Amino acid sequence: MDALILTITTLLKIVLVLVPLILCVAYLTLAERKVIGSMQVRVGPNRVGFKGLGQPFADVFKLLFKEVIVPTNASRFLFLTAPILSLAPALAAWAVIPFADGWQLADINAGLLYVLAMTSLGVYGVIIAGWASNSKYAFLGAMRSAAQIVAYEIAMGFALIGVLMMAGSLNLGDIVRAQAGGLFSWYLFPLLPLAVVYFISGVAETNRAPFDVAEGESEIVAGFHVDYSGFGFALFFLAEYANMIMIAALASIMFLGGWLSPIDGVGDGIHWFLLKTAAMLFMFLWLRATFPRYRYDQIMRLGWKVFIPVTIVWIAVIGFAIYFEVGPWFSTVRSGGI
Amino acid sequence: MPEIRNYTLNFGPQHPAAHGVLRLVLEMDGEVVERADPHIGLLHRGTEKLAESKPYNQTIGYMDRLDYVSMMCNEHGYVMAIEKLLGVEVPLRAQYIRVMFDEITRILNHLMWLGAHGLDIGAMTVFLYCFREREDLMDCYEAVSGARLHATYYRPGGVARDLPAQMPQYESSRFTSKSAAARLNERRQGSMLDFIDDFVQRFPGYVDEYETLLTDNRIWKQRTVGIGVVTPERALQLGFTGPMLRGSGIEWDLRKKQPYEVYDQLDFDIPVGTNGDSYDRYLVRIEEMRQSNRIIQQCVEWLRSNQGPVLTEDHKIAPPRRDEMKGDMESLIHHFKLFTEGFCLPEGEAYAAVEHPKGEFGCYLVSDGANKPYRLKVRAAGFPHLAALDEMARGHMLSDVVALIGTQDIVFGEIDR
Repeated sequence: MDALILTITTLLKIVLVLVPLILCVAYLTLAERKVIGSMQVRVGPNRVGFKGLGQPFADVFKLLFKEVIVPTNASRFLFLTAPILSLAPALAAWAVIPFADGWQLADINAGLLYVLAMTSLGVYGVIIAGWASNSKYAFLGAMRSAAQIVAYEIAMGFALIGVLMMAGSLNLGDIVRAQAGGLFSWYLFPLLPLAVVYFISGVAETNRAPFDVAEGESEIVAGFHVDYSGFGFALFFLAEYANMIMIAALASIMFLGGWLSPIDGVGDGIHWFLLKTAAMLFMFLWLRATFPRYRYDQIMRLGWKVFIPVTIVWIAVIGFAIYFEVGPWFSTVRSGGI
Repeated sequence: MPEIRNYTLNFGPQHPAAHGVLRLVLEMDGEVVERADPHIGLLHRGTEKLAESKPYNQTIGYMDRLDYVSMMCNEHGYVMAIEKLLGVEVPLRAQYIRVMFDEITRILNHLMWLGAHGLDIGAMTVFLYCFREREDLMDCYEAVSGARLHATYYRPGGVARDLPAQMPQYESSRFTSKSAAARLNERRQGSMLDFIDDFVQRFPGYVDEYETLLTDNRIWKQRTVGIGVVTPERALQLGFTGPMLRGSGIEWDLRKKQPYEVYDQLDFDIPVGTNGDSYDRYLVRIEEMRQSNRIIQQCVEWLRSNQGPVLTEDHKIAPPRRDEMKGDMESLIHHFKLFTEGFCLPEGEAYAAVEHPKGEFGCYLVSDGANKPYRLKVRAAGFPHLAALDEMARGHMLSDVVALIGTQDIVFGEIDR
């Protein structure tokens, strides 16, 4: 009986997390088009519903009713599995995100590791999609994506090691709680280089401009998902945007103090978390409207030759700072920030 | 067993970066291009052959459709060849109008090029900025010719009609509210020259805007510096013209070296590059836009203070005015003959070339004395450039091929003809 209740409440909680998330994805696509539209002196979608607010639903219905085409020479099973493989980890990673103090689906101690594992799994969807399509464009996209993920996963992992050292915990809730004490206790300031590396790696991980070589609109048409139509494409789309929100949410948890208010103890709550996440998402859109696309080898160079050394050096710096209890930020770490 | 590593990649003709219908067969080693084989002909419409079956004046409209982003410059090359054979004098005001529209066309073309080049490299915003300015210039096209793209405005012996005294205005509709129309009409209160003058004042600021997005952008530089380097010697051997040649550091511009119309009376500079890479060609074209702006400004000033005919008075070549035609038998006959039979060119041949935005655009006419050309050969500026794509792309990566197509400013209308 208890097990049944637990299952039902957990399922309810999952629905409570996923439904708003998917709605967020839907409206993120609209926000993207509107924001980039206004940056590019145009209006953006404004036909469906009031000021275009119905646009995401129009898009979803269009994609739902389109035929799912499987190319003749594609590996049918893998071709159909790939979108699911791409979406499932993107959604599963949300299990450990603390939306506010205690608002968490699974409060596990290895939260950070779990998130890293889940976000890395997503690349299998991309690689399998590229391989199963049996198209040169898709295959090129998959190869690019694979190489890119390897490089940036490492940089991202290193960036998060800094957070781990500061907080002394892998639990995401504890990481936020360790940043209590107002704006200047947020890890953004002591870990500034890592925060920058993390965010840029996040952009690269999610295959967003200017690192969107795996899709590379003007080079390899649509990269790994050239051959997908209808709902297969929609799932990739959903996964990409869920990942984007994920990266933004993680950035706000790890470097911007999650649900904490910038003034110590005044009005903490989910609104701060949402606000910070939205601000980070705006950065994604801003980048896309501003920058040209990197070339594949230049991305590799940036990842291996710039980001990884920067993070390694900064981790050493933090290590020394913590050991010798330097400055305003590192003096309290050893005695247990929390 | 040796490992087979190279594979071919069909790039186009349906491809977002194919600039129309370029089909490239790429031989690739991983991401590196070993050989690029451009295939042409997918947009072949037989313009040259069509011209052989039409009176001279009916081919002008086909010229617009060659390089469909620099319409009036194509017309210019064609009417100049006819004028050369006829020996007809073009009124001075018409020459200024032609030069002004040539330069407007150059800006139109370079804006289109900049937008497409940016889009190819992934800078989406520049594209939409460029189109904002193109809109104003297309309104100028529309004001003088009635068409936004395929103007058919130049005539042997001048231009079709004088500049309008009143710039056409927007009307409110379902899609344009009253206030939006009023805002659009703010700049359109005066004559067309006022409108162009206003544009000329604003335009350098817009070019600065594009430059802030690209010129010092690290990613843009990484994507263009050192890509597709062509040495000056090689550029000459390959038959490059226009910005492709000037980007390699050779100061060659027909407007200076072989001045036609009134270019010798105008003050402008020829920008040249130093390294011959895509970035230099980008800088050259940006500077050309600024120089074109200067030329337009000078033309506007001259046109403001000097009135006069814009089409030759020789009614064997140009139609008489409509009111004359209604009351005068001879004019009516002239009109009838021109619009049915056209005019005949003396036997002979002529080549006339203009500095087209993409390079040297020339028309070679052979006449056997009839009212149709015996042969018309169009020298398209883009053709030798595309032919050099293989040489430029070899050893570069797939993404660079896209950048190279952009930097060559390929338009298939003129290459396939």
